[in-house]
Amino acid sequence: MQYFLEQCLIGISIGGAYALIAIGYTLVYGILRLINFAHGDIFMVAGYIMIFTTANFPIYISIPITIIATCILGVVIEKVAYKPLRTAPRMSIMISAIGVSYFLQNFATYLFTALPSNYPPIYFLKKQIHIGYLKTNMADILTPIITILLVLILIWILKHTKIGLSMRAVSRDYEAASLMGIKINNTISYTFAIGSILAAVGSILYFTNRASVFPYSGSMPGLKCFVAAVFGGIGSIPGALIGGFFIGLCETLIKAVGYSTFSDAFTFVILIIVLLLRPTGLFGEKIIDKV
Amino acid sequence: MLKKVFSYLLVIAVAMSGFTACSSNSTGGKNVIKIGVFEPLTGENGGGGFQEVLGIRYANELYKTININGTTYTIELDEVDNKSDKTEAVSAANKLISDGVVAVLGSYGSGVSIAAGEYFEEAEIPAVGCSCTNPQVTDGNDYYFRTCFLDPFQGTVMASYARNHGYTRVAVITQLGDDYSEGLGSFFVRACERMGIQVVDTEKFQTNEQDFRSILSNIKSSDPQFVFAPSSIVSAPLILEQARELGMTCQFGGGDTWENGTIIDNAHGAAEGMVLTTFYDDKSQATEEGEKFLNGFKSYLVKNNQKEIIPAVSALGYDAYLAVYKAIEAAQSLEGPAIRDALSKLVFTGVTGEIKFDANGDADKNSAYVKEVENGQFVFKEIVTI
Repeated sequence: MQYFLEQCLIGISIGGAYALIAIGYTLVYGILRLINFAHGDIFMVAGYIMIFTTANFPIYISIPITIIATCILGVVIEKVAYKPLRTAPRMSIMISAIGVSYFLQNFATYLFTALPSNYPPIYFLKKQIHIGYLKTNMADILTPIITILLVLILIWILKHTKIGLSMRAVSRDYEAASLMGIKINNTISYTFAIGSILAAVGSILYFTNRASVFPYSGSMPGLKCFVAAVFGGIGSIPGALIGGFFIGLCETLIKAVGYSTFSDAFTFVILIIVLLLRPTGLFGEKIIDKV
Repeated sequence: MLKKVFSYLLVIAVAMSGFTACSSNSTGGKNVIKIGVFEPLTGENGGGGFQEVLGIRYANELYKTININGTTYTIELDEVDNKSDKTEAVSAANKLISDGVVAVLGSYGSGVSIAAGEYFEEAEIPAVGCSCTNPQVTDGNDYYFRTCFLDPFQGTVMASYARNHGYTRVAVITQLGDDYSEGLGSFFVRACERMGIQVVDTEKFQTNEQDFRSILSNIKSSDPQFVFAPSSIVSAPLILEQARELGMTCQFGGGDTWENGTIIDNAHGAAEGMVLTTFYDDKSQATEEGEKFLNGFKSYLVKNNQKEIIPAVSALGYDAYLAVYKAIEAAQSLEGPAIRDALSKLVFTGVTGEIKFDANGDADKNSAYVKEVENGQFVFKEIVTI
């Protein structure tokens, strides 16, 4: 029983980080109908930024710098790689996203070499905690809490602010929204900024427990979070949250039972099953084509 | 219009580059021969591969020209990146073959060498592996040689280490689909079974896995005294650190890849006490070539933004280059079969000791260096000869 609970905690912690990244996929998809394949690599770059800022600043300054820098990176990528293609077929913009993903990986290899770099230990998050007979650390406990908190804030932004309103409008109908005077480009930039901020927070929580970053450390989490977003219904924020937790938990429990060989396979089997049986995912909107 | 002009320009540029490529190979006053460097610079093994390349480049700096039948040739390195990937490895190998290299060095990581081996054999280009330890690299391939020892040997050394320390219960962690890791793991298991050591658990993990806590808790519950986890330098520090966080106190051991300073740094102190087998120790091994290598290579490492610890793979890269160099010198020819014959007869003393190749093409080495991590340093413990 203790063993089971320990594994559940690990799973929920991984799931929280997955959920934060999955929301980035979902937000961008909701607005641009684009699967932003570079998102996992933004997550990796956030890890590197954190390494370099902590080398020069104390933790409480470097965390905000990391978040802001990642946010700028996300917006710049949108401006450079996606904006010029806004009128192009959707396939071109997706290929551009894949290109950005490879660019970030190889650029990181060039700058930092493929040797894993040492992620700074954040002592506050590393602190060991004992709950009854369960042993865990602060990061594991905090990850799901922060995740849920951020999602609540995000939902509040979407429901009660002007930016949120314009984001919802753009995701409903692109052209009508621009006719209503909504600045499409600004709205899209905000979306990428929010997605990147969440990825930066996710990266801090994720790498604290897995203390090294290398240029490919974003690719596998990126893919899994994409599956999480599809599972929950791409375009839906609660869906991405539940999808992230579900994938994280299943993966950990499968490994715990001793079938670690199949854990990744299982994740992608879920993708196939969801696409076959319920392409809109758990909470996805039904698409109604009006003629 | 502009597009058309541009596309014509492009066609002309491509055609021109073809011409220049031909001319530099065949004609001209310069006599240049190319040696291919088949190593991963990116991907999972990119870090280790780069260290091996540094050894090769350094050797090339020291041995830049060669005399064949009275003509002096300059040796150029033709580096390709096999990206630690078996499919990419084949296209990288084909690029080397079409570039007309006389010999190939590499690779770090056995899987890519196994994948590319048959292409080199078909093209009759001799290849000398540096640190690819899986038996299949040279097995049944007349043109593949290597300067390091083999995994069955390395696994046996580790098993006898475990026996000598009185361990009776061991566990193994290997990486799924990785020829090096799975091969070495299974040779260790076999050696343990022969020696009567009980293997209580074997676990596998996926490439690029970053969370080992689930499989480590499984291992913890089977309570081994020693865990053997041959893996890449990316996975190793994560395994070590997460194991300590779970409160595992047993000793961890790895293969030759683990002799890398980044593991000690990235494990945040959890690497303390781990044990590994390796090819080379710069203090206990005094050859003439070794002196020459030691003197310059440390500053060469610093020049390339690396730590001042000499990685064993760099020494092997250096020796592999030297083997090819001496073989070409002995053969006095640039033909593949001639160089291969020269390699199989070659005996020389390199940085890592005396090197001669057996009938299979493997270096005839029967001793390994056991090192442990003490106070954040790799400390030489013993030479195990079997």
